[in-house]
Amino acid sequence: MIYLDNSATTKPYTEAMDTYRTVSEQFFANPSSIHALGGKSESLLSKSREQAARLLKVDAKEIVFTSGGTEGNNLAIKGAALAYRGRGCHLITTAVEHASSLNAFRQLEKMGFEVTYLPVDRECRISVEDFMKAYRKDTILVSIMHVNNEVGTIQPVKEIGEFLKTKPTTVFHVDHVQGFAKVPLQLNNSGIDLCTISGHKFHGPKGTGILYVRQGTVLAPLFSGGGQEDAMRSGTENLPGICGMVRALRMTAEHEEAGIRHLSDLQQQLRAGLSNIENAVIHTPLSGSAPHIVNVSFGGIKSEVLVHALEENEIYVSTKSACSSKDTGASGVLLAMGVPEGEARQAIRISTAFENTNEEIAASLSSLAENVKQLKMVMR
Amino acid sequence: MIYDYLVIRFGEITLKGKNKMNFVQKLENDVVEKLRRFPQLAIKRHFDDIEIQLNGENADQVIAVLKQIFGIQNISSAIKVENNLDAMRSGAIRIMRAENGARTFKIAARRKDKRFPIHGSELNQELGAYVLKNCEGISVDVHDPDITLRVEVGYHETRIYGHEYEGAGGLPVGSSGKVLLMLSGGIDSPVAGYLLAKRGATVEAIHFQSPPYTSDRAKQKVIDLTKKIQSFGGTVKLHLVPFTKAQLAIRDAVPEDYRITIMRRLMFRIAEKEAQKTGALALATGESLGQVASQTLESMNTINQVTDLPVIRPLITMDKLDIARIAQKIDTYEISIRPYEDCCTIFLPKAPRTRPDRLHAERFEHFFDVDALTEEAVNGIETLTIKSEDSEDVFSDLL
Repeated sequence: MIYLDNSATTKPYTEAMDTYRTVSEQFFANPSSIHALGGKSESLLSKSREQAARLLKVDAKEIVFTSGGTEGNNLAIKGAALAYRGRGCHLITTAVEHASSLNAFRQLEKMGFEVTYLPVDRECRISVEDFMKAYRKDTILVSIMHVNNEVGTIQPVKEIGEFLKTKPTTVFHVDHVQGFAKVPLQLNNSGIDLCTISGHKFHGPKGTGILYVRQGTVLAPLFSGGGQEDAMRSGTENLPGICGMVRALRMTAEHEEAGIRHLSDLQQQLRAGLSNIENAVIHTPLSGSAPHIVNVSFGGIKSEVLVHALEENEIYVSTKSACSSKDTGASGVLLAMGVPEGEARQAIRISTAFENTNEEIAASLSSLAENVKQLKMVMR
Repeated sequence: MIYDYLVIRFGEITLKGKNKMNFVQKLENDVVEKLRRFPQLAIKRHFDDIEIQLNGENADQVIAVLKQIFGIQNISSAIKVENNLDAMRSGAIRIMRAENGARTFKIAARRKDKRFPIHGSELNQELGAYVLKNCEGISVDVHDPDITLRVEVGYHETRIYGHEYEGAGGLPVGSSGKVLLMLSGGIDSPVAGYLLAKRGATVEAIHFQSPPYTSDRAKQKVIDLTKKIQSFGGTVKLHLVPFTKAQLAIRDAVPEDYRITIMRRLMFRIAEKEAQKTGALALATGESLGQVASQTLESMNTINQVTDLPVIRPLITMDKLDIARIAQKIDTYEISIRPYEDCCTIFLPKAPRTRPDRLHAERFEHFFDVDALTEEAVNGIETLTIKSEDSEDVFSDLL
């Protein structure tokens, strides 16, 4: 099997799953229980929090454990908009956010907020200029993804963060789910107030995530309840998941530098190979993009057909974002980039992880070439 | 980060005359110890400062650690250039470009090496003019500049200082002898410990436990507080006293309104004995005048009767809100408000005597065997050595 759908989810580390199991069995007590058993769970929870904070170079108080990217984005966006609505009602995001952000904004629009959706260029990138033009005195929240999940483009969040550093009445949220451990992002002193990451995108268990909440930032909680996670995220903590994720976080962070270099190698190999295949159009920009995603269309071949053809050879890639693949239209992200609709329906996404090998890429390339050739004859 | 060096200045230590080098040595040890996790650093002690060559380590992280070390007045980031005007000019420009938030500046040049041909005031003019000419939107302000570029011409090279960070002040921990701090789980006593550490005292903590009425979590809370105090100064010992038996004896023998007074007297006796063993020269508490029943002058007078050691009360004149503010600053507040019972909250009388006197207290102590209970408690003391945070990790194989 060759797994190249790592932007959708990654295979969990064995060690992370060992932790998950051990913690489930041995530290099952509720961290909020006052007996000694609960105390052990609680100290394991706070150790996890400290370790996550150390790895992300932030303060332990700034870590809120969530159930993943969707919750993180929702809590950040709705939580900030509702908490600060007294200051104004203008919000800024981009046209190419993940569904969990976009739909949160749609919901807020229905509640009376005004949202500016920044357009993107052919490379899927927003311009800082557009952002500056959109920015207003009553802008209370800016939410931008760091790395686009479909094409891998890196957004100028650093520049925007620098600008927003001087605007204390605007909260800045970065959806870092796709960027974590692939495109380094400094959290402290970067103008970023909120940042979402998701455990299953770096080989942790599913249903886990972290929302970085810079000290002093207030969020209206999505769940009311017992006041866990500093009252921002009530509900009994998913301790096994949290510990498994934090272990995966450490393992990923330890390999980050070498891993990123390896991903770039694989991407080069992939690009070189794809350029030899007839009618291949690569949508992922050559520079200013993440090293683990290549989005490509093959003229005349429907993406879904190609995905299934590759599957026959036990090679797994995806069409657009897994989270929106159930609606069968063309990719909204590609359309926003100005890719013609036909081509946008033909795009597949190849996404790698640290453990993918050059051999796997070579095998996938030859399978791709073969299938494209075959399908072209059939579909003609 | 364009800076290659950090330079630490001492402040109050420089006033110590002949003893200065002892203080500086202590401070250097602290600095070396705390910066152990940055392997690339090269640390050098000079007469007036300690110089840290970064060698690629993250300056912000190093500064964050240094800011916690007592005895440091300030930390300057610096570069070194050759002893010639051109090198100084381009060095000054490098710093100004890096500090691009600064709108006003001044140059403060000084020659250590008097052989250098350009005098300080001339250097100020030379470099100032050069910076003005080569950086846009910048002006000179000699009274309140955003940044002062201090230029120090040495015998071999010139240091140019840029941004300056405020240090924690105080004296190096361990330069003032040892105190035994009575650490409850509350907000006040950790603050008292912090203030003592800031004045250079080595702080050991003593905590009274009453299992099974108090829990492991109460104990963990005190360990966590001790760790915080430890983070300000070296290794801290925590002495845990088994106190249940004594508390039960007091409950059975002493009239309700005097129980707190007698309990505190017993605590002081036990603490004094432990202080003798560990070489502490004073006891310390987090008491603040008038805060609760046991913190009136009458009460302190009655309680103090049982010990010859000085009892230091750093918070005695402070308001609760001020204390809480410091607790928040030093990060102990969140730990202190964890809601577990401690030995002072169990058996709490409904109406404790606010003006106890020595005679009554002495009389009530005849109702039970004070010496035996003290002895037994002292013998049962468990001492934990709280080391720096990273060395201890029970869950490391899970995470």
